[in-house]
Amino acid sequence: MIAVFRDLFRYNGEFAIGFMIMVIILGIAAASFFSPYEPIDSYLVAMDAPPSAEYVFGTNSRGQDIFWQLTFAIRNTLAFGFIVALISRILSLAIGLVSGYVGGAVDRVLMSINDTFIVIPLFPLLVLLYFVLRDDMTWFVLALVMAGLGWAYDARLIRSVMISLRTREFTNTSVFSGMSMPRIVTQEHLPYVLPIVFSTFMNNMNWSIGLEVTLAVLGFTDVDTPTIGGMIFWANQHSAMVSGIWWWYFFPTLFVTLTFIGLFLLSISMNEYIDPRSRLDRMGNS
Amino acid sequence: MRSYVIYVGKRVLQFALVVFVGISITFLITHLTPIDPVEHAVAQVSTFGFSSPESIELLRQSLRELYGVGDNLWEEYLVFWQRLATLDFGPSLSAFPTPVSELIGRAIPWTIGLLTVSTILSWFIGNIIGGLAGYYSRNRVLRIIGMIMMGLHPVPYYIVAFVLLIAFTFVLPILPSSGGYEMNMTPGWTLKFIGSVLLHSILPSFSLILVGVGSWFMGMRALVSNIVTDDYVTYASLAGVPERRLVTSYVMRNAFLPQITGLAMSIGAIFNGAVITEQVFGYPGIGRLLVEAVHAADYSLVLGITSIAIIAVSAAVFIIDIIYPLIDPRVQVTQ
Repeated sequence: MIAVFRDLFRYNGEFAIGFMIMVIILGIAAASFFSPYEPIDSYLVAMDAPPSAEYVFGTNSRGQDIFWQLTFAIRNTLAFGFIVALISRILSLAIGLVSGYVGGAVDRVLMSINDTFIVIPLFPLLVLLYFVLRDDMTWFVLALVMAGLGWAYDARLIRSVMISLRTREFTNTSVFSGMSMPRIVTQEHLPYVLPIVFSTFMNNMNWSIGLEVTLAVLGFTDVDTPTIGGMIFWANQHSAMVSGIWWWYFFPTLFVTLTFIGLFLLSISMNEYIDPRSRLDRMGNS
Repeated sequence: MRSYVIYVGKRVLQFALVVFVGISITFLITHLTPIDPVEHAVAQVSTFGFSSPESIELLRQSLRELYGVGDNLWEEYLVFWQRLATLDFGPSLSAFPTPVSELIGRAIPWTIGLLTVSTILSWFIGNIIGGLAGYYSRNRVLRIIGMIMMGLHPVPYYIVAFVLLIAFTFVLPILPSSGGYEMNMTPGWTLKFIGSVLLHSILPSFSLILVGVGSWFMGMRALVSNIVTDDYVTYASLAGVPERRLVTSYVMRNAFLPQITGLAMSIGAIFNGAVITEQVFGYPGIGRLLVEAVHAADYSLVLGITSIAIIAVSAAVFIIDIIYPLIDPRVQVTQ
């Protein structure tokens, strides 16, 4: 495990950069536990102060220190992405494995449901859900709904890997040596599938955070829980651009972009790690 | 020909399934509500003072049928489908008494125009540059372009659109910041009007292309770099096929095919992006209409847009699906 990590860090520039970005982001999120302020309290510090030694990222028109707000926002945003990715991975893994392994009619039924969820545009549905639930649409409800809608694409990927694994020689060997099907799937096949699950985990986090930011910016989420999108929403509400308080936009935008790039780099480096051909190509070059 | 008919038949079934599931989810969501949306909406309208009793009754009746509070759930479900089939969502609350279908009808050409142009452009640009980058994998310029595209790809639409908006209307004010055409201009097929529409569509479509191009680029580059090592390519190149022909007709042509399937699968996500883009640039399409409808608490409009969006997106996917076998003859044999 440690050797794999060291090789990745040495031979894979994407992994090294992505990993460092994510360490910084996680560090900032962890700083929220030492914040001197409560996240929802306002009018604690001087309003609209530009970045300075005292307020590193400045303060906003609601009298909040943007740095400490950002620590909470990043923590909540990451936690949101993590929960969505975790739950939807469980769904896509279960559906992909069953569909790929059992095949036949089960596969056909599952895959038409799967394709249906790929096609349906989620955004109007999420907006409609907010519209109906309003204040009941908490952070956690949104995460559950998005996990319930966001598994389809990766279930298809896992299924296709599963189909190719099923036809390999070692599967037959396992069957003839008397292993039960659940054991073959969990012990023999899962090690091949897990790296893909990890890589899609990052992609799914990006997807869900992107949607959450978008919904929050429009004010369609629980904007009292500080998230990155929520910060931009409040900046818009106070027309921060017009009054020239650029730092209120700049820091949330910068850090959410860094988060996206970090997660994305980790995911593509994971993909390359899975494909041994590109891994060899890379090691040969450096 | 017969196999093509079977193929289309299967696609029609899948299309019907998508619409069925999507609309059913929509129906279920509106029935989760703890408050009575009908009385809530009626009260809101009557406080604004358009209190002709007949129109209020008309509104109440259409809302009752759309959200059907209190009646038998199964009957409500059927009535909901009936309304949808006749595209009758009742009058809009925020633009009372304009029918919802008219508001949507006015907005939808903008969205379809913007989406079609920017999707096709980003698909072609991404695939062609991606294909070249996969074939000439040591080319420095293509590598740098690749890095920029991949850097932009994970950034969400909102951020890209917002940065572009600030850059081109605030810092360097050369492009219009909002609207579909210049204000106080009468729409028509005049040269001036079309020019204004094009000018206003530059920023929204540019932001959609900027974000969209990356995923096509990466997909195509990966596909091409796999195909290049295939035996038939090696054979063709040893047999002296000119390089230009090798790249276009031997390598890229084959790699384009899975990308068409990819296009069908990502239409929904592209639509999500367009909603935001329209909101940021104040573009008069159905994305902005949706956001405005939510802010104005316009129940029928929100429901109408959601249903129409689901049908429109699945129809777009259906169209790509049935065109596909005409481009890839292998589909007819296998499916």
